[in-house]
Amino acid sequence: MFLFFISSGLFLGWTLGANDASNVFGSAVGSKMIRFKQAAIIASIFVVLGAVLQGAGGSHTLGKLGSVDALGGAFTVALAAGLSVFWMTKLKLPVSTSQAIVGAIIGWNFFSDNPTDINALIKIVTTWISGPILGGIFAVLLFLLLQFILKRSKTHLIKLDAYIKYALLIVGAFGSFSLGANNIANVVGVFIPSAPNIVLDFGFFTLDGVQLLFLGGGIAIAVGIITYSKKVMMTVGNSLMKLNAETAIIVVLAHSMVLFVFSSQSLSNLFVNIGLPPIPMVPVSSSQAIVGAIIGIGILKGGRNIQVKVIGKIAMGWLVTPIIAGLIAFFALFFMSNVFNLKVSESPSKFIKGDVIVDHNVTTDERTKIIENFDEEPKDTVTVDIYKPAVIIIVTLLILLILYQLFIISKLKEKGKIEEFQDSVDRYNAQQILLENELKTTINRNKKLENEISFKEKEQKKVALSIIRKKEILSKLKAEIEKLKLKPEETLKHSDLNTLKVLILDNLNLENERKSLDTYISDLNDKFFINLEKIYPGLSSNEKKLCSLLRLKLTSKEIASILNIDPKSVEVNRYRLRKKMGIKKNDNLTKIIRKL
Amino acid sequence: MINIFKTSKSVALSMDSFFDKIDLSTLNFKKGVQNYLDGNSVEFIQNLNAITNLESEADTIQRKIENDFYLHSLMPNFASDILNLIENVDDIIDGEKDVLSQFDVETPHIPEAIKKDFAELVSFSAKSVENVIPAARIFFTEPDKAKDNIQKVLFYHRETDTLSTNIKRKIFQDFDDLKLSEKLHLRYFALHIEQVSNEAKNVAQQLSSLVIKIKM
Repeated sequence: MFLFFISSGLFLGWTLGANDASNVFGSAVGSKMIRFKQAAIIASIFVVLGAVLQGAGGSHTLGKLGSVDALGGAFTVALAAGLSVFWMTKLKLPVSTSQAIVGAIIGWNFFSDNPTDINALIKIVTTWISGPILGGIFAVLLFLLLQFILKRSKTHLIKLDAYIKYALLIVGAFGSFSLGANNIANVVGVFIPSAPNIVLDFGFFTLDGVQLLFLGGGIAIAVGIITYSKKVMMTVGNSLMKLNAETAIIVVLAHSMVLFVFSSQSLSNLFVNIGLPPIPMVPVSSSQAIVGAIIGIGILKGGRNIQVKVIGKIAMGWLVTPIIAGLIAFFALFFMSNVFNLKVSESPSKFIKGDVIVDHNVTTDERTKIIENFDEEPKDTVTVDIYKPAVIIIVTLLILLILYQLFIISKLKEKGKIEEFQDSVDRYNAQQILLENELKTTINRNKKLENEISFKEKEQKKVALSIIRKKEILSKLKAEIEKLKLKPEETLKHSDLNTLKVLILDNLNLENERKSLDTYISDLNDKFFINLEKIYPGLSSNEKKLCSLLRLKLTSKEIASILNIDPKSVEVNRYRLRKKMGIKKNDNLTKIIRKL
Repeated sequence: MINIFKTSKSVALSMDSFFDKIDLSTLNFKKGVQNYLDGNSVEFIQNLNAITNLESEADTIQRKIENDFYLHSLMPNFASDILNLIENVDDIIDGEKDVLSQFDVETPHIPEAIKKDFAELVSFSAKSVENVIPAARIFFTEPDKAKDNIQKVLFYHRETDTLSTNIKRKIFQDFDDLKLSEKLHLRYFALHIEQVSNEAKNVAQQLSSLVIKIKM
């Protein structure tokens, strides 16, 4: 049940982490000097350390303001504060958790009819003023000191950049520690009266109930930093005033010093030892401290770069946050007590249905006694030795972690294999497409070549036929001349001579066409001649020519006509060719030649 | 993260070395033009070769600096400005090499009467560069002091500009025996030499704005 109720406090811690981490690392991350991941890890570690080691101081003061004595009340108060901060963070307004929790506690005081400790309130509100002023003073002093050092050192800008990066990390770590130490009271301070009386013995160290509460709160802040602070860092980092890296260090350092001063019991004791008044341990608004530091430097630089509008917006947030938180707390308490019948206060409230207003005799001082003495171990404290269980848990967690890592690695490997397989499939598909395309191209080329061949074949045939025709014409001419020879000279007519002239003119083109045929044949049979030479070396040029004509499926008569020889001679040549090529009687010469 | 100290030290050294190259190239530039005007062709070629090598070395260093800046996210807020500055400084050496190369390739005929003016022009132009490099160097250690040299650069740039205009006027008004093409040729050479000083002025102006930026 306690864990459930504390969830609102953890939520408040989460909002604090989301919002206030920007004060520490906002400038560094916003100016890209440090990566967010680095900042988040460092801030998370140091916030938890600050909360556990030095978180007690501020809780006293909050306890004095109003000791929320019922767990349900503490839950509602923290929830109201958390909601206020979350809402204002959503509006990208730098908001203070301190104001929210103070507003919520006062809301509880009103609701439960508890008097608000004015002294404690004044003490807290004073820090709302002294925090930024002190931040400004620290910032101015540190700025002047840094300027002095930089002028003297004459460090190269590039080297300075490296130093600044480290300085931002160190100062950020210090800032996170101070933030955890100072602001943890805001997160889990209201739960201290309800903290379980338990001491966990880890063997090397022990943690009591309050420290466990601080640890939980610190972890919640760390989760807030990791999950939600990036957005705020990017806006706060650059919105108020353009900060360069050196100024950012000063601002964060001044802010951290303010938080540290108001949370360090040792420093306060030191003050007392040297005769100075003690420093009040008060949760200081981190945002106020940072704004004070920035304004301090702004004033030192002449106040030109300060965006007054942004300061106004922030100031409005300061005023509005406690009021909103108080109102939300009041109505939430009313809702919780009346709707869920949740006990929000040990003392009955006048607002609780059916109850009579009772004067309670317990004074504020007495109520806060519990808070005052929370770091003293109560008598009925249960000490739990969790050294062995802790070791077992840690070992188990480590084993689980290793198993998880192995599982992740195997998954990654599997994923890798699948990706590899997918890659090879894709590659194969791509290759197939490529091959198909190549095949298509080759087929097209072949078709084109075939078309070319068939065209040339046709042309060749045409030429061959033309030769045959002309041969016939010449024969006719010869016959005509023979006829004319036989005719007596006086009977010769002019038309007879014209007929002859036409026949001769036709014949004149014969030689050209024969040459054309030769060219066609050699073009067409370019590869054919090479193959023929390879398989049947030693063939004469006339025999090769005969082969090429046979390849065109020309008859012996047609070949004879083309070659201007007797058809019988073609037959003899064919016979010789068969012999030379070693072709058997039953084999077809033309078919064999065409296969080449 | 630990390497960043090593890297920053190495980048700082690279920058120094880069500026050394520019200084040397300016000396070669001045000497080279003077040698051309005096007709010492062998020495001129030596100057040209030296400046070509220096330019190539400067380019290599510039690439290394750029690489380090991007790889180690050095000075994220000013990285682009500083790399621009380096780029502009590199333009100076490029300009100087181009001028000598043009003298080598085009071999302009410079009349005796105007040689002295050209020598003076080169001297003023080189002085702009000679002042801008210390300004760039000191900017990285004591930004405030860069202003002193920047003023000198602007002064020499103005002088170069005036002298260049005078030379151009002289070429077109006093040398009637020169062909128009020769006049134009000479005019371009005056312009090229003046360009080196313009590059120096660009660097100086960028440095002025960087000083303000870095102090903000």
